[in-house]
Amino acid sequence: METFANLADGFAIALTWQNLALALLGCFLGTIMGALPGLGPSNGVAILIPLAFTLGLGATPSLILLTSVYYGAMYGGRISSILLGIPGDEPAMMTVLDGHPMAKKGMAGEALAISGIASFVGSFFATWGLILLAPQLVKIALLFGPAEYFALFALAFMTLGGVSSTNQAKSAFAAMLGLGLAMIGVDTQTGVPRFTFGEVHLYDGLDFLVAIVGLFALSEVFIFLENRHGGSADGTKLTIGRLTPPMSMVKACTPTMLRTSFLGFLAGVLPGAGASLGSFISYSMEKRLKDKDGTFGTGDPRGVAAPEAGNNAAAGGALVPMLALGVPGSGTTAVLLAVLLSLNITPGPLLFAQNPDVVWGLIAALFIANFMLLAMNIPMVGLFTRVLMIPSRILMPIVAMVSFVGIYGISGSSFDLMVMIGFGVMGWVLRKFDVPLVPIILGTLLGNTMENNLRRAITIDNGDWFTLIDSPLAIALWAIAILGFVLPLLVGARVKAKMHARRDEEGSISD
Amino acid sequence: MIFKTTRTLIAAAVLGMTAVAAQAQENPECIAPANPGGGWDFTCRQAGKTMQDLGLIDKTMQVVNLAGGGGGVAYAEVVNKRNDSNDLIVAASSATATRLAQGAYPGNTMDQVRWLASVGADYGVIAVAADSEVNTLPELLDQIKADPTSVSIAGGSAVGGWDHLKVLIAANAYGIDDVRAVKYIAFDGGGEAVTQLLAGSVQAFTGDLSEAKGFVDSGDIKVIAVLAPERLGGAFADFPTAKEQGVDAIGANWRGFYAPGGMSDEAYTAWVEKIGALYASDEWKAVMEANGLAPLDLQGDAFQSFVADSVAQIEGISKEIGIIK
Repeated sequence: METFANLADGFAIALTWQNLALALLGCFLGTIMGALPGLGPSNGVAILIPLAFTLGLGATPSLILLTSVYYGAMYGGRISSILLGIPGDEPAMMTVLDGHPMAKKGMAGEALAISGIASFVGSFFATWGLILLAPQLVKIALLFGPAEYFALFALAFMTLGGVSSTNQAKSAFAAMLGLGLAMIGVDTQTGVPRFTFGEVHLYDGLDFLVAIVGLFALSEVFIFLENRHGGSADGTKLTIGRLTPPMSMVKACTPTMLRTSFLGFLAGVLPGAGASLGSFISYSMEKRLKDKDGTFGTGDPRGVAAPEAGNNAAAGGALVPMLALGVPGSGTTAVLLAVLLSLNITPGPLLFAQNPDVVWGLIAALFIANFMLLAMNIPMVGLFTRVLMIPSRILMPIVAMVSFVGIYGISGSSFDLMVMIGFGVMGWVLRKFDVPLVPIILGTLLGNTMENNLRRAITIDNGDWFTLIDSPLAIALWAIAILGFVLPLLVGARVKAKMHARRDEEGSISD
Repeated sequence: MIFKTTRTLIAAAVLGMTAVAAQAQENPECIAPANPGGGWDFTCRQAGKTMQDLGLIDKTMQVVNLAGGGGGVAYAEVVNKRNDSNDLIVAASSATATRLAQGAYPGNTMDQVRWLASVGADYGVIAVAADSEVNTLPELLDQIKADPTSVSIAGGSAVGGWDHLKVLIAANAYGIDDVRAVKYIAFDGGGEAVTQLLAGSVQAFTGDLSEAKGFVDSGDIKVIAVLAPERLGGAFADFPTAKEQGVDAIGANWRGFYAPGGMSDEAYTAWVEKIGALYASDEWKAVMEANGLAPLDLQGDAFQSFVADSVAQIEGISKEIGIIK
């Protein structure tokens, strides 16, 4: 049981008053950064790096502070998703689908609490996975070549029908739009700029955060402006509901959380996939498996628990390739990797042997942060839900301000603000047509990686398309993808027809 | 251009207040022209931290990530809006020179800024998996010569980027005339490229020594050539150079800084001295060693002409292989 001895050493390193205070600070700041639209975990961590340096912190305390921010932001992203229908960061996007309808139904308290618990479960199991399996898991990452990655992304897209069920054509259109937007930028496989119109800001493609904030937050502001002008502001008072979830709800969600923790963790371990894919696959798979009476998308607690457990598990999973291979699995781990490097620690195959104190101190810190976040988040549900009490005429200007300041703060580029406004207008128009917004972001987010992996696979095999079904793993992924696509068409048609009428009145986000 | 100017004007109007506030500060500032986590970001943060530790600067170096266009956004920003700032330095590397040479920063040239100093160089390596049958660079290049489609080489930069060019320089030096036939697969960063080498998807890896170091230590990959003029010291002494294997190819990814073109001479000299003092310090030597950076000690005018040569060389290769006309 060397592992446990190591873990005990880790706790010995992590459990000092200074470290606990840093973890508390990190969790608090992280939660806030995650909740603010525009500021995601990677920016949150990046913003706090100078703080860690200025305080002259050593390797372990710095990592404790920064990973607390990381986990905190993963928790925080759900808050604005649920309360406002505006995802705080990319991985929290799927939480909008059921979280916001729950809040609209007067169950904001329950939604926040159950998602907090799901986040905890996801991170908790992911941290154990990291401890017990990190060296072995690296081998899984090595099974994935470009062809397998392409099959994985294809699988994700084929389950897209699970995301929005009102009108498949509209969600297909939205996904295509997203894929189209992903084309913008320099094509890495040929070095040729596509759709950039000579504008250097577009060479790296569109920033997802800019797209998300524009599509969700700004379009919300536009809709508000329009309604105010027409004099039809909704004066409806929302009820908040209970601040703790009933045991029956927790019980109903437990199998969901366990399954999606596993899925999310796996997605996190793959360097090319990450937390967004983790929460996406978690949600759509769970919906495929469990949505027998079509409640997903209308405020089903399981639809909140699934993506939250999934994305928090993916956050833990992403640390596996970062620590064991030195390859970041997500934007945030890329930042953490840079921090490690600047502390003269080189992550990689030898890290566990060379710097055990850092690794185990970090893992202990993850546990501490996770418990702290649970303890902090559940009582704070009451405080968060007050947001719903703020009248729109005050809330919306704040949303607009935070969006602008947040986006400018990250990129320092006024060009991104124009792009954000463009997305805001597009989001407003699309909402009018009831086109779901989530598939657009998924297309933009995953389209590039998917295309690159396809072309890598084909180039490696000199233009032979059969390379895509050349390994057992790839064939298995394709099989799941095709089943996931075809089965609902056969089995689900009847169920869906029944649900259709009831669901039509939902807004564009909630379908 | 007109389109861009209009847009800049609108943007400037929208953000007038913010911009004024940002320019009024007197703190040392380093622009990393990429997102947090990359090499430029590392250069800024590590140099800033070490300079502060050494007492060369009083306040914490403020690191601003201005990503976009492979550094082009930051370059344009410095040239157009921050041209007379005395507090500002910007991280640069061979990638900056590559893009300047290939005209990938539309409308910008290397003489629009003042080049300050280098802080080290990361020599290029060509590596294969530990269990590969290939043991030397000529063996690999012979395979490519015989059948270019049989060898896929993975690297972390886009096609036409520095990782790609390094292989082409080596192939060219070995007498492979049609270097365009060399199969290069672009990945998102050196780490992903090495992972694919380990996964067996590709046969060889081209990247920087610092990217390969961890995997060599763990015995997962073997370096078949370092693109350095002579063998490196310390932990890297075992790696053969391309030159000693009869392939006259040198490829160094240098790291350094540039400053706005309108920076005053006093400020320029002060920054050159500070970075020179940073470079000479033991602390920086430790940083270089930990990150696999080799010495490259150039300041002021010497650095300026080094960058000019480097841009001219890359322009030559790029024309030869048809990346630019």
